[in-house]
Amino acid sequence: MQTNVITIALVGQPNVGKSMLINSLSNARLKVGNFSGVTVAKEEVFLEYKNYQIQIIDLPGAYSLNNYTLEEKVTKEFLDNSPYDIILNVLDSTNLQRNLLLTSELLALDKKMIIALNMSDEAEKESIFIDEIQLSKILGKPCIKTSAAKKIGIKNLLDEIVNKFENEKLPTKLFFSDVIEEEIETIIKLLNECNYKTNQTYRQLAIKLLKEDKQTYKLFSEDPIWIKLQPILNEAFKHLYIHFGTKNIEDIFNDEKFAFAKGAVTETVKQDSSKEKTLTEKFDSFLIHKFFGLPIFLFLMWGLFQLTFEIGNIPMDLIDAFFASIINNTKQILGENQLSSIIGDGIIAGVGSVILFLPNIVILFFGIALLETTGYMSRVAFLLDGFFHKFGLHGKSFIPLVTGFGCSVPAYMAARTLKNEKDRLLTLFIIGFMSCGARLPIYVLFVGAFFGEHNAGNVLFLIYICGAILGLFAAKILKIVVFKSEDEPFVMEMPKYRLPSFKLIWHTVSNQAMMYLKKAGTYILAASLLIWFASNYPKHLDIEESFNKKIELTTNEEEKLNLQNELSLYNLENSYLGYIGKFSEPLFRPLGFDWKMSVALETGLAAKEIVVSTLSILYGLGGENDETSDSLIEKIKNNIPFASAMSFIVFIMIYLPCLAASMVFVKEAGNWKYLWYLFIFTTSTAWIMSFFTYNITKLLIS
Amino acid sequence: MTLDELKLNETVEIVAINCDNILKNRLYSFGITKGVIVTIEGLTLTKSTIEIKVNQSKIALRLSEASKIEVKYAN
Repeated sequence: MQTNVITIALVGQPNVGKSMLINSLSNARLKVGNFSGVTVAKEEVFLEYKNYQIQIIDLPGAYSLNNYTLEEKVTKEFLDNSPYDIILNVLDSTNLQRNLLLTSELLALDKKMIIALNMSDEAEKESIFIDEIQLSKILGKPCIKTSAAKKIGIKNLLDEIVNKFENEKLPTKLFFSDVIEEEIETIIKLLNECNYKTNQTYRQLAIKLLKEDKQTYKLFSEDPIWIKLQPILNEAFKHLYIHFGTKNIEDIFNDEKFAFAKGAVTETVKQDSSKEKTLTEKFDSFLIHKFFGLPIFLFLMWGLFQLTFEIGNIPMDLIDAFFASIINNTKQILGENQLSSIIGDGIIAGVGSVILFLPNIVILFFGIALLETTGYMSRVAFLLDGFFHKFGLHGKSFIPLVTGFGCSVPAYMAARTLKNEKDRLLTLFIIGFMSCGARLPIYVLFVGAFFGEHNAGNVLFLIYICGAILGLFAAKILKIVVFKSEDEPFVMEMPKYRLPSFKLIWHTVSNQAMMYLKKAGTYILAASLLIWFASNYPKHLDIEESFNKKIELTTNEEEKLNLQNELSLYNLENSYLGYIGKFSEPLFRPLGFDWKMSVALETGLAAKEIVVSTLSILYGLGGENDETSDSLIEKIKNNIPFASAMSFIVFIMIYLPCLAASMVFVKEAGNWKYLWYLFIFTTSTAWIMSFFTYNITKLLIS
Repeated sequence: MTLDELKLNETVEIVAINCDNILKNRLYSFGITKGVIVTIEGLTLTKSTIEIKVNQSKIALRLSEASKIEVKYAN
């Protein structure tokens, strides 16, 4: 019998450990980051405690409720209009004054509220002592010291939630200075007299009216009470203007809030003001150093790509051998027929070639998650803003762009942190230039085939950097030609450095890996089957027969092999896939692609992993009787000329990401026409760049 | 004097913020407002972005934004 549901709105500024707190409450699966806007989506968590069903809604981190960012808009919207029982306000104990600014805005909402003084363990370490009993008295709301990381105070918090729910709401104690309180009183009196019907309290409405809240005015202006309210408001504003010496009502209320927060802190916080540098300052002194900052960042990125290749390669041979043996075994058990071909050459080869790259993907995502949770990301945005600004991008664009190295889908979503619509569109358009994790397998395959072991990591790094630089220039051109706009101001918090929580990184990485495998198991499995079918049908029985007769007639073994090769090649070229490839080949011939590569590119529009599967199926079938080893890398090396391979890498680097990403792109950009623009823009850029690469490489090596 | 004219490690008090309400509110929500003491903690090489310390928070600003913040040396 669970009838009592308590709904909690979890509110706090970014980087106060909100998501972490939720995690320690119920072991929910949630991503925690140090960068503003990690939890843009609404996250809900359910838990049971003392016969209550507690529902916690994690609202996006907001520095205030003044609609500056999308997160703030979402949070304000929810707090104003959705049903909930209690606000749980999470504060960073080490930065109480700034956090209390938001609290004072929440107090004005006049709801049941609990305050969690989070990171209390860190505060103690920094010799910051908070008198939470005194603070509770000042705010009129229970304050509870917690530490989400150390799981301190969690039970107290739950007890308080139940306690708060069972008891009547106490009057809120957010008091303004006498001048403002007087005006609030007058408005409340009028509302009382008119018996105005509303689901908000009169005090709440009065404060909103004085704050010139547009929605409230809209509400009142359609009501007859407006006629009586108007003169009272006029009088009130006149008083305030005279008293505060400014006509800016926001300034007046901001000063009030600031005085409130400062007052509360002076009364309750004792801090040993030591001049000693904090750990964060020590780190910052070299990580964002004038000269060393950028080189250090580039070095870290370089290291990440080296690791991706070096460590990622260790299990690769094992996985490769594993799938090769499965294919062989299947064929032995089932014999050489259609069924064994569909299972071996279609399903196992296709899916196996994707799983092959799982280690690389995991390492890359691990690195990005590490950058995100430690707080280093914001430093990089700081370092790069000046540079980015020259290309018409915002320092914040860095976050979606780096996420783009992992996967374009979350990257497109991360672009929401950009407030200005044109800045956002610009970022969306160039995210594709940041090679996503799914393109990594193709690079690894080609780089492995055409460059030595010791060079592979460097070349990989070069590919990624080239893509990024190309993206910057594309941004500059787009900014000048298409997206002319005012610049969005760059004001960003640099959160404290925090040791990454292993558990949270593990969640992120394992989620990404699972998503990748899921894609391999469903989407790519289906695509592999389709490609296998398209490359094996239609059958040309008469031709096959005549070849078979010739093979039977020849006694020379070598001749037999040649004929067999000729037959499979003929079959492949005259399959459905062959037709498509042949049809589009003229388009790609100037880039040095044969029809197999053309087909691979086209199937890659669905998902980049399929490019590898397609190549593996196409070259696998065509060269079945080849005397060389059956590893995919060898096949690529033997069948594709160097210049074509380089040109292929460049094309892959630039052209449209996968189908899923394209759908998200449409959603985030807000219009289908943008996808069309993106397609034309990326494909033509890719074609032109590949054309140059192919011809220059050919000149250089000849 | 405005915030963008300062050198590294200088400490000043904010006198006024001259910009539209949207940016002013944003700055305010980070605790950057009249009467607050700030310290310049970092500068990028190209002098395009600065890092300031306000109470316990560190905030990154572009220099064009910093030029809208009037300051004086604190006593």
